[in-house]
Amino acid sequence: MNSILAFYNSSIGKKIMMSLTGLFLIIFLVEHLVGNLLLYANDGGHMFEAYGAFLVSNPVIRTIEIVLFAAVLVHALLAVILWYRNRQTRPDKYELYRLKDNTPLASRTTIITGSVIFIFLVIHLDSFFLPTRFGAEKVSSYELILMKFANPWYDLFYVVALLLLGYHLKHGFQSAFQTLGLRNRKYTPLIDGLAFIVWFLIPLAFATIPVYFYFFQQATSAVLMGVH
Amino acid sequence: MVLNSNIPDGPIEKKWSEHRFHMKLVNPSNRRKYTVIVVGTGLAGASAAASLGEMGYKVLAFSYHESPRRAHSIAAQGGINAPKNYANDGDSVYRLFYDTLKGGDYRAREANVYRLAEVSGSIIDQCVAQGVPFARDYSGYLDNRSFGGAQVSRTFYARGQTGQQLLLGAYAALSRQIGAKTVQFFDRREMLDLTVVDGQARGIVVRNLRTGAVESYVGDAVVLATGGYANTYYLSTMAKASNATAVWRAYKRGAAFANPCFTQIHPTCIPVGGDYQSKLTLMSESLRNDGRIWVPKKSGDTRSPSQIPEAERDYYLERLYPSFGNLVPRDVASRRAKEMCDKGFGVGPTKMAVYLDFADAIKRNSKAWIEEKYGNLFDMYHEITAEDPYSVPMRIYPAVHYTMGGLWVDYNLMTTIPGLFVVGEANFSDHGANRLGASALMQGLADGYFVLPYTLGNYLASTKFASVTVEHEGFRETRASVQERVDRLMSIKGKKPVSEIHRELGKVMWEYVGMGRTAAGLTKALKLIPEIREQFWKDAKVVGDPDTINNELEKAGRIADFLELGELIARDALHREESCGGHFREEHQTPEGEAKRNDKKFAYVAAWEYTGDARTPKLNKEPLKFEYVKPSERSYK
Amino acid sequence: MKFTLKIWRQKNQNDPGRFVTYEVNNISADASFLEMLDVLNNELVQKGEDPVAFDHDCREGICGSCGMMINGRAHGEGRSMATCDVRMRMYKDGEDLVVEPWRAKPFPVVKDLVVDRRAFDRIMQAGGFISVKTGAAPEANAVPVPKANADEAMDAAACIGCGACVASCPNSSAMLFVAAKVSQFALLPQGQPERRERVERMIEQMDKEGFGACSNNYACEAECPKGISVTHIARLNREFLRAEFTEKA
Repeated sequence: MNSILAFYNSSIGKKIMMSLTGLFLIIFLVEHLVGNLLLYANDGGHMFEAYGAFLVSNPVIRTIEIVLFAAVLVHALLAVILWYRNRQTRPDKYELYRLKDNTPLASRTTIITGSVIFIFLVIHLDSFFLPTRFGAEKVSSYELILMKFANPWYDLFYVVALLLLGYHLKHGFQSAFQTLGLRNRKYTPLIDGLAFIVWFLIPLAFATIPVYFYFFQQATSAVLMGVH
Repeated sequence: MVLNSNIPDGPIEKKWSEHRFHMKLVNPSNRRKYTVIVVGTGLAGASAAASLGEMGYKVLAFSYHESPRRAHSIAAQGGINAPKNYANDGDSVYRLFYDTLKGGDYRAREANVYRLAEVSGSIIDQCVAQGVPFARDYSGYLDNRSFGGAQVSRTFYARGQTGQQLLLGAYAALSRQIGAKTVQFFDRREMLDLTVVDGQARGIVVRNLRTGAVESYVGDAVVLATGGYANTYYLSTMAKASNATAVWRAYKRGAAFANPCFTQIHPTCIPVGGDYQSKLTLMSESLRNDGRIWVPKKSGDTRSPSQIPEAERDYYLERLYPSFGNLVPRDVASRRAKEMCDKGFGVGPTKMAVYLDFADAIKRNSKAWIEEKYGNLFDMYHEITAEDPYSVPMRIYPAVHYTMGGLWVDYNLMTTIPGLFVVGEANFSDHGANRLGASALMQGLADGYFVLPYTLGNYLASTKFASVTVEHEGFRETRASVQERVDRLMSIKGKKPVSEIHRELGKVMWEYVGMGRTAAGLTKALKLIPEIREQFWKDAKVVGDPDTINNELEKAGRIADFLELGELIARDALHREESCGGHFREEHQTPEGEAKRNDKKFAYVAAWEYTGDARTPKLNKEPLKFEYVKPSERSYK
Repeated sequence: MKFTLKIWRQKNQNDPGRFVTYEVNNISADASFLEMLDVLNNELVQKGEDPVAFDHDCREGICGSCGMMINGRAHGEGRSMATCDVRMRMYKDGEDLVVEPWRAKPFPVVKDLVVDRRAFDRIMQAGGFISVKTGAAPEANAVPVPKANADEAMDAAACIGCGACVASCPNSSAMLFVAAKVSQFALLPQGQPERRERVERMIEQMDKEGFGACSNNYACEAECPKGISVTHIARLNREFLRAEFTEKA
């Protein structure tokens, strides 16, 4: 117990937990994206709904879901703690500090991009997770998507948030490997290659969904709206 | 004053082991009852403090730096010698002994030099075990190179940062003892005096450079590891704070100062650019392997080097020394460069430089080849001078680099004051009149790790100590004199910044007590130095407060001592009517212009004894006997 | 060349401190940054004012004494340079230069540009060594070390302990400094016996001193005068993980 506490208390321990939770969340993102791509099946959301039903009914997934929420909270909480503590290490500020000459913007802004992502997450869960899981009446998640994404402002917020997620991951992905001690001359090229997929392609793929629904599924959503 | 070298009897290869056997030992459980003060924590000091602390003595270590890792040992580039014979080229303890003694121009003790060679192998073992990342070849075993004209490859190195790595090794060992509380480290403390009680060195008085407080510390023995005094010359390759105050105070308390005129000048330094210049940067001697040294044949030639045709260039080293050419020893190369500049052939804006030209080597091999071999040095030169040495010849000039002289010590590294020991560059013991490359690191660590821990124990075990506290009369008196001196410096209130006075002293030292010394020049220096000293005490301007960090006050105290030591260097140089090693008297040279030693009259250590400020110091002589190596003349024709 | 210098002046640790502006003229382009400060100090002395205090010693980039923030960059313009290596020709004639001490809670200002870096020494005392007694070492060539390891250990060992990594880090993290030592010893067979204790103790001390956590910004590597790579930090993290998650032998 003592050693676990010591691990948590150490600066590296906290960072390791940050990276592990971060990587776990990235794995979730991949899984989530694979599910979401079913929306492109153009079958009126049939496969997507079936996939959703599977997730809800599977006890293993339900357990992982709890871990997932815990990971989000730990990642966010540690981020705030570390950010706060790190700020305390330089009580007297520099008159002139050209950090931007030495570091990429993505690395300097994780707390901001992270905060936006957190807000996004709350809205996202409120839009889709809560009504489908805990709503009083049973709703079709596909219909929900059609409805929500019909709002151009809502779509814009999604696209921006997802691009910021990409920016967050641009720093986060390689950083996780660095913190876990896995970056070295042998693996760095591989990690950098994977990083491109993770920070660029995955968020981009996510961001296409609201765009797709706004521009190409307008008709369907209008029909749905009319029905209700 | 009696100079007893205490060299043990017996054949040279047995002296040290026999001596160790006969020495008295301090019982391990009694060691904590003894307090040892170590002043200076460079290679010699840190290794000594760490070793003594580990043995169980109570060690108090002092440095004017905040951390022991800042000591100037860190700047040594080339390497460290040890006769491991890993290259299978016929090296042995005896050969290293022979080379070092000969390289020192037969002005060192045979027994000391032999011991140095004998323990040097253990230094490499120790450092490797400490994690010093010495260069290795592809097999994973240690790599060696030949250095400083040695005919065998016995130099161990860590890139061009050997001194740094060895110092950090000693610093790590010291840090371990500080962590274990066997050594207490006092940072930013400058030793300003030595306290002698009943004829024994019993403590030191320091100034706390943070607070200005004058503090005293009591011990049973005092070890000085405070480095060399090359900064007497103002411009040198020394660190800015390197100074002679600790050894000079000890001298004034009764320790003899040996061979002060043995100073070493390094031929390949980046020349002085202007008055603002604060120090000289050394570039590895290896450059002379491929560079050709030349000056224009016409004096005062102001053309750029590329406009001077081959026929109008004087490759003077190749002309004067056809067989050795550009690879003549340090002292010869330095002296010739100065001579050329003095005759008006110097180049560059100050005319105090000669060219070191790589054009032929680049033509013969390739630019890439040069880059591979000397890339970092070329970059460094470019960084400092903004000239590209691949296309324009380098400008070089000699600079003071090391001081072989120092406090006189016997075979046990103890001075003429019982209980005062001196290790490393601060003592005079092993290099004679000239130090060979890669020998300084060897000597510092030999003294600290493998000699002092034995001999100091012997002293402690065989000496009776009266109980002394900081309230003892002796300490009161030293404290008062230190305080009085600080007050005096602060109250001069003159007009001249102390650095300017230091620069004036440096000019006199370089001009008259530098490479080529003459009786007339030295006599002139002996007249000029007291004048500068007088001016210092009348006209120096020391600003700031004495109770915070005050670099000006620190500098002033050090310069005041250089102003006295400079005179002793000149006096010693004037008395030594011969040329040997780093000491070249124009009057004593062969018809070919080589150093002419006088073994009949000067085969002795000149140990100067302080007799009072207004009086001439007394010369004591320790004769040098050569039973194993017969002195011969150096010739590089 | 001439410059307008805005320099941090602080008499001692209790003084709140302030910026004071000075003009310097006739500075040689070949002068180093510290030599430029020498010129200023010489003028201040002549005027009877207290010169600007700054740490310095070897003036050839190896002792690690000097270090100051110049126009927002640790050790000023240029890469792989200590302050003493920086030449005035790297600045524009007439340029305004803001000169500040290293700023970090574990590095309190002692006077003007001098900061207290003893926290680094305490980290070293906690474990930055291999515990070999004087005289207890085996023959140097008894254990071969792969050349690649020895070379990389040397890369790490080049650290001069100047503190630029801390000064340039937005979190005042000392990870690059600690990593350099841990990595050097982790790469060598001689460092193996104390591998676990070393990393644990050094990190514990590092945290205790109040240095921040590493957020992999890599500003340290960019400003390190010896160009020490952050791959050593990765190795430090690995050593720490290994120590925490493996059984004590």
